[in-house]
Amino acid sequence: MSFGVVMLCHTALDRAAQVARHWAANGCPVVIHLDRRVPEAQRAALAAALSDLPDVRFSARVPCEWGTFSLVQATNIAATQLLASFPQVGHVLLASGACLPIRPVAELQAHLGAHPDTDFIESVTTADVGWTIGGLNKERFTLRFPFSWKKQRRLFDRYVVLQRRLGVQRRIPAGLVPHLGSQWWCLTRRSLQAILSHPDRPRLDRYFRRVWIPDESYFQTLVRQVSTRIESRSLTLCKFDFQGRPHVFYDDHLHLLRQSDAFVARKIWPQADLLYRTFLTELPERRAAPNPAKIDRLFAKAVERRTRGRPGLFMQSRFPTRARGGNRAAATYGVFQGFAQLFPDFHPWLARATGARVHGHLFAPDRVEFAENERVFTGGLSNSAALRDYNPGSFLTNLVWNTRGETQCFQFGPADVQDVTRFIAGDSNARVFIISGAFAVPLWRSARPAAAVRAEAARLQKIEADLIARLDHPEAKANVRIWSLAEFVENPAEPLMQLLDDLNPRGSHRDVDLPPMIPLLGFGAFLQDLRNQGMHPVLMGDFPIDFGSKSAPSPLLRLK
Amino acid sequence: MTALSRMLSIYRLRLQRKQLLWRAFTKRRQLQPVTQRMAGLGPQPILLFSTMRNERVRLPYFLNYYRKLGVDHFLIVDNASDDGTREYLADQPDVSLWSTPAGYKQSRFGMDWIMHLLRRHGHGRWCLTVDVDEFLVYPFCETRPLRALTDWLDSAGNRTFSSMLLDMYPRGAMHEQPYHEGQNPFEIAQYFDSGNYTFNRSWPLLNLWIQGGPRARLFFTDEPYRAPALNKIPLVRWHRSFAYVSSTHMLLPRGLNLTYDDAGGEKPSGCLLHAKFLDTFAAKAEEEMRRGQHYAEGHEYRAYRAGISRERDLWCNWSEKYVNWRQLEILGLMSKGNWA
Repeated sequence: MSFGVVMLCHTALDRAAQVARHWAANGCPVVIHLDRRVPEAQRAALAAALSDLPDVRFSARVPCEWGTFSLVQATNIAATQLLASFPQVGHVLLASGACLPIRPVAELQAHLGAHPDTDFIESVTTADVGWTIGGLNKERFTLRFPFSWKKQRRLFDRYVVLQRRLGVQRRIPAGLVPHLGSQWWCLTRRSLQAILSHPDRPRLDRYFRRVWIPDESYFQTLVRQVSTRIESRSLTLCKFDFQGRPHVFYDDHLHLLRQSDAFVARKIWPQADLLYRTFLTELPERRAAPNPAKIDRLFAKAVERRTRGRPGLFMQSRFPTRARGGNRAAATYGVFQGFAQLFPDFHPWLARATGARVHGHLFAPDRVEFAENERVFTGGLSNSAALRDYNPGSFLTNLVWNTRGETQCFQFGPADVQDVTRFIAGDSNARVFIISGAFAVPLWRSARPAAAVRAEAARLQKIEADLIARLDHPEAKANVRIWSLAEFVENPAEPLMQLLDDLNPRGSHRDVDLPPMIPLLGFGAFLQDLRNQGMHPVLMGDFPIDFGSKSAPSPLLRLK
Repeated sequence: MTALSRMLSIYRLRLQRKQLLWRAFTKRRQLQPVTQRMAGLGPQPILLFSTMRNERVRLPYFLNYYRKLGVDHFLIVDNASDDGTREYLADQPDVSLWSTPAGYKQSRFGMDWIMHLLRRHGHGRWCLTVDVDEFLVYPFCETRPLRALTDWLDSAGNRTFSSMLLDMYPRGAMHEQPYHEGQNPFEIAQYFDSGNYTFNRSWPLLNLWIQGGPRARLFFTDEPYRAPALNKIPLVRWHRSFAYVSSTHMLLPRGLNLTYDDAGGEKPSGCLLHAKFLDTFAAKAEEEMRRGQHYAEGHEYRAYRAGISRERDLWCNWSEKYVNWRQLEILGLMSKGNWA
């Protein structure tokens, strides 16, 4: 017993001829169905190229269009001819002109010989398929599809919608359970014969004529009625991308194809000389150990790259809208407002405790304060304030993308350029920590009289209040923690631990020393001075006037 | 935006496109055919279009690079070269050459000429429009010829392929390593900036506007908005109604500029490695300044000249050394998209 091949061809006929010759040379009779629309000159050339092979025949031709019944018709014509002309054929393999056998024909022969009664055809009930494009699976069988999907897409879509709205349904012929599956199958003579000579075939053909993509359902459905033994997998490796088009194999896939456990691969780029040369002349021992999962992974990754992309990357071919990830950096980063004012050693402490890269004020008005005061930072980011302010969102996403694998932290404050806050507020990767009102501490320490710093304090307070309002907005996505200065100095240890946890949830840093806080004795009086000058300092919270004096307990003592 | 004003703006774009096409048509007589060798081309040739002036020393490598990628024919406009460029090109078997003494700037920096040739010879074909110092790199370019890419784009229904301009530069001053004829320029200009590019979606052409790289980092720190645009769409399945608006930065109809995904995914894209910053650059900058035939009244060149005397080295600690397209893909400068 041998097997025969039905080949459906419409382009790259020189390759089809090469493959047909290969099948025939290995003892497999071939019947080629050539799309009726192929010009006569090309047909003649193909026929001439194969004229020396008695076991390669040509069937009658019908014009083929993707997604229509013509493909089933073509298959039926060629398969009927194959079964009639070659009685020794036990299995029939359906292949296209762009299919290439990737394992020796003898192996396939042996495989089929070992399973003489098995039909290898992917056949899945419509309820269980997850791979159809456009959500049409069951509806392929119950709606009508008179319009071409490729040429009359709008009509096609509208007619589907209309039928759904009207609730019109075709009745599925009695006894038929709709199944879907790969178009490329390998059936036994018995099953194929039973389908082709089905007593009800005219009626069934009439029904399938209006089913959408019948080549993926005709045999898959009918084989369930006639077969005694179905193995629901295709012997042909055929991967689809997210638009339902088959992935193409090139020369650089050679190693990958060698690891496949399928017998035939589709579809091969016609100019992939190396693949054709290799697989049409290869000796059996050259094969690598089968690893089909690797192929699946590669193509699954490609689809993911196309549909999800790399979050936080903005580039020439990925520019998501705000709603689809356009307001998102590649990784979490920490924004600290008010900490450096209270802790002179905050930078080294934070770097030590988190292992993160700690920058100064990245958005300072005069220049970008990169860590170590670098003039240029990773990826070639300049410390020029003008360049940064030209597109602050790009600046921040670039910084985070360029340093993937290392958490970035930076200081922020009301004296900085505020344009980036819109981005930060909307970014779910931002970890924002604010000690509100801490901006007044440097003013107090400058030892200038309250009257002189009043206007500045009021300005900074306004900016900080605006930022807090923006972060509190219901649509803000940033992870925000805000302590008023009064609240914070009450017990600094807890907020500091909390921020370490937020930045590095899995880390264990319970035994980190706390950074020394500057003494705030007299700050309360300074705030009272500001009030006396007519300003209204609110963001600091209810800061006690006598804070830090002997009568009030020192917060640092309460840490232990 | 109301429906009316939207329609008006779309109609204005149509007028602009017609005007660009007309402009190219009126400039057709400026082109003197020198050699025409397109007779024996196959049915679907991949064509390369370029305008150049005094680029003799760069030509051998340029032509060979694109021949190896699978360009079938070169259509080149020579703008009054006097260094043997014209003679060299006229001898090449796969080059069709036109020559013109007319003004480069008055021809929209050569685009009018190129657009005329695109309309005449590019209709229905994949056309690559590049300068002599731009080298296309696309996913799998080491193992798959350009034809594999265009076949794939055809099957995906894409008409354009985006390739951002990536400025390459040497370590040390530009004049220290002279460029020799036939040499791979990226043996000298090995470095690039990997992550300082800014992206904006611009209206009404819907294209992405990309700026950044070493030029912005060094020459435009005070006026970033003047930094040169790096977005390019050099590979197009041309139709006679298409028009390049400004260099190869964007096209009309504007749907052709949607080379990016705005739902979070990545479309396939490549890079044009820009071999501008070689020892030939200083002389070129001088000449262009003198002729006043370049963009924005030569503002770019003036900025370079000032910048170059001040800061001769484009290299910095964070400069990335070029390896291959996979490196650019990992860095996020280009993408494989769903091409696997």
